[in-house]
Amino acid sequence: MSLSNEKKKEMFWIMLLSRRLDERAWVLHRQGKIAFHISGIGQEAAQVGAASAITKGKDWLVPYYRDLAMMIAMGMTPAEFLMSLFGKAAEPTSGARQMPSHFSLKRANIVSHSAPVATQSPHAAGIALGIKMDKSDQVVLTTIGEGATSQGEWYEAVNFAAVHTLPVVFLVENNQYAISVPQKLQMAVSGAAEKACGLGLEGIKVDGTQVFKVHQTVLDAVVKARQGEGPTVIEAEMYRLTPHSSDDDDRSYRTREEVERHKKKDPIILAKNHLLSEGLLSEEEYQTLEEKAKSQVDDAVKAAQQAPFPKGETAASPVYAQEVNHG
Amino acid sequence: MAEITLVEAVRQAMDEELGRDKKVFVIGEDVGVRGGVFRATVGLFEKYGDERVIDSPLAELTIVGVGIGAALYGKRPICEIQFADFIYPAFNQIISEAAKMFYRSNGDWSVPMVIRAPYGGGIGGGLYHSQSVEAFFTHVPGLKVVIPSNPYDAKGLLKSAVRDPNPVLFFEPKKGYRLIKGEVPDDEDYTVPIGPAKITRAGQDMSVFAYGMMHHYALQAAETVAKEGIDVEIVDLRTLYPVDRETILKSVRKTSKALIVHEDNLTGGYGAEVAATIAEWGFMDLDAPIRRLAGPDVPAVPFSHPMQGWFMVDADKIANAIRDLASF
Repeated sequence: MSLSNEKKKEMFWIMLLSRRLDERAWVLHRQGKIAFHISGIGQEAAQVGAASAITKGKDWLVPYYRDLAMMIAMGMTPAEFLMSLFGKAAEPTSGARQMPSHFSLKRANIVSHSAPVATQSPHAAGIALGIKMDKSDQVVLTTIGEGATSQGEWYEAVNFAAVHTLPVVFLVENNQYAISVPQKLQMAVSGAAEKACGLGLEGIKVDGTQVFKVHQTVLDAVVKARQGEGPTVIEAEMYRLTPHSSDDDDRSYRTREEVERHKKKDPIILAKNHLLSEGLLSEEEYQTLEEKAKSQVDDAVKAAQQAPFPKGETAASPVYAQEVNHG
Repeated sequence: MAEITLVEAVRQAMDEELGRDKKVFVIGEDVGVRGGVFRATVGLFEKYGDERVIDSPLAELTIVGVGIGAALYGKRPICEIQFADFIYPAFNQIISEAAKMFYRSNGDWSVPMVIRAPYGGGIGGGLYHSQSVEAFFTHVPGLKVVIPSNPYDAKGLLKSAVRDPNPVLFFEPKKGYRLIKGEVPDDEDYTVPIGPAKITRAGQDMSVFAYGMMHHYALQAAETVAKEGIDVEIVDLRTLYPVDRETILKSVRKTSKALIVHEDNLTGGYGAEVAATIAEWGFMDLDAPIRRLAGPDVPAVPFSHPMQGWFMVDADKIANAIRDLASF
């Protein structure tokens, strides 16, 4: 099933909007207006390609903290993300209890995750177990960085999913670095896809800078999972174009030349050139999209700044699904 | 009312909850074909099938992590950790995930699950089949921690735990699995609420707070010292978290003396919270210092019989502690 021209343009729009939103977060941080940002710049192709391969409102997503573009693709609004950056009460992931980019969106079946890496992977397997028990045709997509595949939790989750032939797709966003530590110090194999072979699964590598390639690869795995043929590990290779977070300085562990080299494979530029060459987008239309993105981000920043903070005492709850007190 | 063992009460609770609610399932090591190494799940695999009584890989993190995922989806997992000593690989999942999920999602995602684990020493289990692990979890908001001391409570509390919308840690005194027998109603709908402690023996001279196997021994000790004229009140704490401070303080108000007993290590153990509760809100009711009788501060229960005996709190040691406090 090939993507329609409209769908391709929409995917590009989500990538562009997410990029401009992410860049604005860096600006807001440098202006001293927000305390923290963790970026997904350079990973938009993999995220939007994968998100567009599952069915919104039906399938499940168990994301990790770099998935801003994936969240936007799944329906989180720029204002909602910006409210989380400012710690505003109405942000939908946690009511501003969590740091920004610890995503959750109940209305889209997107499960809350934490900061200790790989803890989300067994949850994805567990959701898929429930789906299989109910003989439903839902699918779970879960994401992780390549560094976190060093955690036992990732192996255990993939193993359990493989043993029980569960409908889950494990997408590894290999951006080459876990903060400062490169892949060669994480694993002796060629990548996370190779690890899947040891667990009885096919591991697939895909160029994570090519949105439409990622889409097709993930879609194939989603179809397979939906048909009851079990899990797939997909490793999308890309490059983290920014420091790890607003508190990191990547000059201490990689050269500027290396970063500049990878900017030539910026997924936004690649997708734009693809659409231009296919005649699906003109330079004029592109400029219109840029203006639209800027205007949407501007509006979202204003809305988020004006939104109220939570009252301090609202931090007292909700601890339990039915409130309990010590007697 | 039929008299059954504590482990049979646990088995019955799971059997009935599996029968009542299709969302309930059991997952753990050897819980399926084998029926559990302690036989707590015997017959369930045959009755409910391999999709609802799942033999997990030999990996505690998997059992709990997958359980959390299934709970997020809408299932009601009962996760068995074969021995409480093996729960630590799942610690991150319990503390970082299960306990915080509801709070961190501002109420969007809940984790209705039970984690069952046999705990405690005196069974020749050495360092890694004897531990009491409750204090690691009674520090953590978002969790509930339950330890039954008898078949009636074990069945009634476990059924409540399965129906609870929160993660509940359910620690079972394994030495009492077959040793402790008691009557359990035939009525399938009886439950025991999570939260309240219970005064299991009324007395005037002092309050003894205990749970699990130590509650069993405390009752024996109370009978011994009764013959010497010491009238002891026993409080079975049953639910350790949330803490039933009201019942603790009410009992001390009546008796003016408090002895807290647990087999877990003394320092930083659950008794410290009970003692702090009494010191903070019941100080004026006291006629003597609060006393704790607990396992010594060595890493765990040793294997060899004399050393195990040295470590373990038993009815004789409790009776001596009662005599000592009574004479203050």
